[in-house]
Amino acid sequence: MAIRTLLVANRGEIALRIQRAARELGIRVVQAHSAADRDSLPVKLADAAIEIGPPPARKSYLAIPAIVEAAKKVGADAVHPGYGFLAENGEFADACEVAGLAFVGPTGDTIRAMGDKVEARRLAAEAGVPTVPGSAGRIHELEEAREVLACTGFPVMIKAAAGGGGRGIRIARDEEGLARLWPQARAEALAAFGDGGLYLEKRIERARHLEVQVLGDGRRVIHLFERDCSLQRRRQKLWEEAPAVRLDPELRERLCAAAVRLAERVHYRGAGTVEFLFDEATGDYYFLEMNTRIQVEHPVTEEITGIDLVKAMLEIAGGAPLPFRQEEIAPRGHAIEVRINAEDPARDFAPQPGRIASLELPGGPGVRLDTALCAGYEVPPFYDSLLMKLIARGRDREEALARLERALAELAIGGIPTTVGLHRTLVRAPEVRAWDVHTAWLEPWLDTNRRLLA
Amino acid sequence: MAKKDILSPLPGTFYRRPAPDQPPYKSDGDPIAVGDVVGLVEVMKSFNEVKSEVAGTLVRFLVENEDAVMAGQPLAEVEG
Repeated sequence: MAIRTLLVANRGEIALRIQRAARELGIRVVQAHSAADRDSLPVKLADAAIEIGPPPARKSYLAIPAIVEAAKKVGADAVHPGYGFLAENGEFADACEVAGLAFVGPTGDTIRAMGDKVEARRLAAEAGVPTVPGSAGRIHELEEAREVLACTGFPVMIKAAAGGGGRGIRIARDEEGLARLWPQARAEALAAFGDGGLYLEKRIERARHLEVQVLGDGRRVIHLFERDCSLQRRRQKLWEEAPAVRLDPELRERLCAAAVRLAERVHYRGAGTVEFLFDEATGDYYFLEMNTRIQVEHPVTEEITGIDLVKAMLEIAGGAPLPFRQEEIAPRGHAIEVRINAEDPARDFAPQPGRIASLELPGGPGVRLDTALCAGYEVPPFYDSLLMKLIARGRDREEALARLERALAELAIGGIPTTVGLHRTLVRAPEVRAWDVHTAWLEPWLDTNRRLLA
Repeated sequence: MAKKDILSPLPGTFYRRPAPDQPPYKSDGDPIAVGDVVGLVEVMKSFNEVKSEVAGTLVRFLVENEDAVMAGQPLAEVEG
């Protein structure tokens, strides 16, 4: 049954993004919020709002009982978790279903299967999706690790089976390094996740990060092509593009088909992203992980396909079949997103909350801004540092870059340090223009170009 | 005996333990030296140690674990 009242269980720009999609579908929007977000734009713009707890996320945006209770109280029939917070929490998805609420996303079982990195690798291999050479399952003893090395070689990454988001990863470059790092990784995994299971993966040097957007209704799955998110700092994406630069059309087809096979294997429902490492030198690609939610960088896909992913999510959660056929998805032009964070690049990206003293926003052709900022807004210290996503679209990459550079020149955020200046420098950097980058490119570049960031 | 407060250097969420499964840095009545860590303030997912600038005895904490704190807010009372 189509959703009539939606509880938005997130904050900031994504809360506003979800509200916009819901409103266009004629859905009543109730915004869940913490005490710190009482005066936020999403609360003001919603049809109604309900406070779910004090400022710290653990007591509000991560408090499952408080959110489910709020949804029932306001008469919601669905909950959209956005990204982060509870978006990939299988227990939350289950709690919503038990309470008779549609969870806008996949089932709890799908979330759990993909959240367990070893299980996700197994499913990928089953679906015929190439995985990074490494251990077949979790391993506990160093002796087992040595056997795996026969197929990976050095350098090799030691990862926690229960980890994610780049946490707890160690790189061993030789036998001695492996012997030294193994016990450390095991102790840390136990302390951090209560699970000492580890796995090994071949380290792909100079890899690009490609990811495929998929959309499923629990029966059928389609893809909306790929994004390139190779500009990262400490595994946090800063800049994303669609389509991927210099990707051979035949390779693109194989990559997208692989993502669809994996999503079909788990009867995927909703919007999801299958992430790959891409070795441009060899043309090999390897499954990294699947994110079972809408992603921060989804707008670049929307800009080249003309499809509103959040609206599609809401329609599917309301019981509708996939609103598109694969043949109807035709990418056009090029789009680039940059993340504007409340961080100071000159001080090692130290996050800094505070008051937005002034705000001048860019506009004009091909420019999209996803943000919940307004002048006078007090950026709270309790949540992540993302302030705004600036998206530029063009007929081709050249035009998108020119529009991005022009829009960045128009944008002015006063009062707190942000990453605007960093992006103004990056958009002119020859390596970025030529897309001669990989996931480990940005950090050394930042070290050598420190003076450009002051 | 002079009373002095340890102030939060940043706005954010205050934690009294280095990790949920570990003992608190300090308890009421503990002796305290300059530079001793009394807690963490989490600002936008980054954790910052709060160090004492005074020595003496930590009389009592003025905020609870996981409380939201403002920059300059007294966190604990020290007698020294």
